[in-house]
Amino acid sequence: MSIEILDVHKSFGDKHVLKGFTLSIRDGETTVVIGGSGSGKSVALKHIVGLLRPDGGEVWVDEHNVSRLDQESLYQLRRNVGFVFQFAALFDSMTIAENVGMGLRRMPDFPDADIPDRVADCLRMVDLDGYGDRLPSQLSGGQRKRVGLARAIATRPKYILYDEPTTGLDPVTTAVIDELILRMSDELGVTGVVISHDMKSAFRIADRVAMLYDGVIRIDGTPDEVRACEDPIVKGFIEGRPELMAAGR
Amino acid sequence: MAAPTAYVESVGRTAVTSVSAVGRAGFLGVDALRALRKASLWGPHLLGQMARVGVDSVPIALFIATFTGIVLALQASYTFTGAVPLYFVGALVGKTMILELGPVLTGLALSGRVGANIAAEIGTMRVTEQIDALETLAYDPVAYLIVPRILAGAIMFPMIVVLANAIGILAGLGASLALLDLSALQFMRGVRLFFEPFDVRFSMIKAMTFGITVTSVGCAFGYQTRGGAEGVGRSTTRAVVISSMIILVLDAFWAAVLLR
Ligand SMILES: Nc1ncnc2c1ncn2[C@@H]1O[C@H](COP(=O)(O)OP(=O)(O)O)[C@@H](O)[C@H]1O
Ligand SMILES: [Mg+2]
Repeated sequence: MSIEILDVHKSFGDKHVLKGFTLSIRDGETTVVIGGSGSGKSVALKHIVGLLRPDGGEVWVDEHNVSRLDQESLYQLRRNVGFVFQFAALFDSMTIAENVGMGLRRMPDFPDADIPDRVADCLRMVDLDGYGDRLPSQLSGGQRKRVGLARAIATRPKYILYDEPTTGLDPVTTAVIDELILRMSDELGVTGVVISHDMKSAFRIADRVAMLYDGVIRIDGTPDEVRACEDPIVKGFIEGRPELMAAGR
Repeated sequence: MAAPTAYVESVGRTAVTSVSAVGRAGFLGVDALRALRKASLWGPHLLGQMARVGVDSVPIALFIATFTGIVLALQASYTFTGAVPLYFVGALVGKTMILELGPVLTGLALSGRVGANIAAEIGTMRVTEQIDALETLAYDPVAYLIVPRILAGAIMFPMIVVLANAIGILAGLGASLALLDLSALQFMRGVRLFFEPFDVRFSMIKAMTFGITVTSVGCAFGYQTRGGAEGVGRSTTRAVVISSMIILVLDAFWAAVLLR
């Protein structure tokens, strides 16, 4: 049981975004994917839940080839995967509580009567208790992101994919979210894939760090291995030194 | 010489994108038919969508019908100028309203109202990733968003058009009483003279296909939106233009098929 992304290629028009992306996500671990903006991190993440289909290569989740699944099995698989969108993607015609409860209403085994309690729990976890009756438009960008997180964890999925969960948040909220990601992993055994730009928080929450560069995974290792890496592209990115990256190109 | 070539090129490009968009809309239509069996997803939203189509449409449909009825009556009396008995005004108003102007003018107006509204709403959901979010939460977006909207269009348009027909004829009657030398009895005699029950069915069949066209084109263009707020604007305009064109083609099609 794990996620395997094998030699995935993906182009939009003549733009080759993924050029043989390969990554194993180990069960129970939190893998942080770093990489420049526009490098295709979100595109890679969307392949895991079949929101995008690879032009070449394969994506395996729990021994299922995602791009071969029929629609029903794909929705079945998605019930085990929570997805936190980069810009929250809240349903703006629904209240916060309705947003968070959306996934639960599609769980056949979850009683409808328990939804309000679970929703309140999840909102508390992201520090937003009492916000259930508001509309997304009444919240700040950071608060909306936290609602997106609450919505993804509400169904207690086995996997959670976080697309830049802390980008644009203040340092305190960032720490709260990092803490939450760690708790998901430690207490609930969730397998996490986190896209992050924030090196400090990346190394704090990661069991493994992978860097996407030029359509492929440039390095994949423990935080210590990645920090010790001498590859100028990796080192330059982590230390924020563009001149190193330019030299390595 | 560059200008005409560029012009031809841009027309060609628009034609190609339109045709390919209509092609993809066709695929979406097939998906929508398949999604019909997921009634638990679209059922709860059908009434709400029907109400929305009604609220969006009725005022403008009645406004158009009223003035169309008045103009028809005055033009008929002007055209007949004594050569034809004046009560034929009623016949012309009734026939034209029910067979042609009721459904077509309402359909065109609603493509700019209901169709644009749907394209903008679904387009916004697409570019803000709300449609992706539905997918990840195991909701089939076609069943959840598109099916109830198309069904609402198919059900509501015929009702709205019947209402518009009636209001148009009443407005024609009012104009005849106020401005022409015609009594209500004479006007209604004219309306009844060539009236066939089939006319109403014809009107409703047209309205239903217009309703399906306006909503499904709005959904399809919204669904295929790319590129932020600008893309939403583009989808909305295209949806209105394309569905208006399809309505006019369908109008001729139904006349050729059912009126011969
Ligand atoms: N649906 C799409 N259609 C066309 N181009 C896309 C689409 N999704 C992403 N792209 C392009 O793919 C590239 C990678 O995007 P993305 O994965 O969002 O980058 P990031 O690493 O910042 O998350 C970008 O250049 C983007 O414009
Ligand atoms: Mg991204």
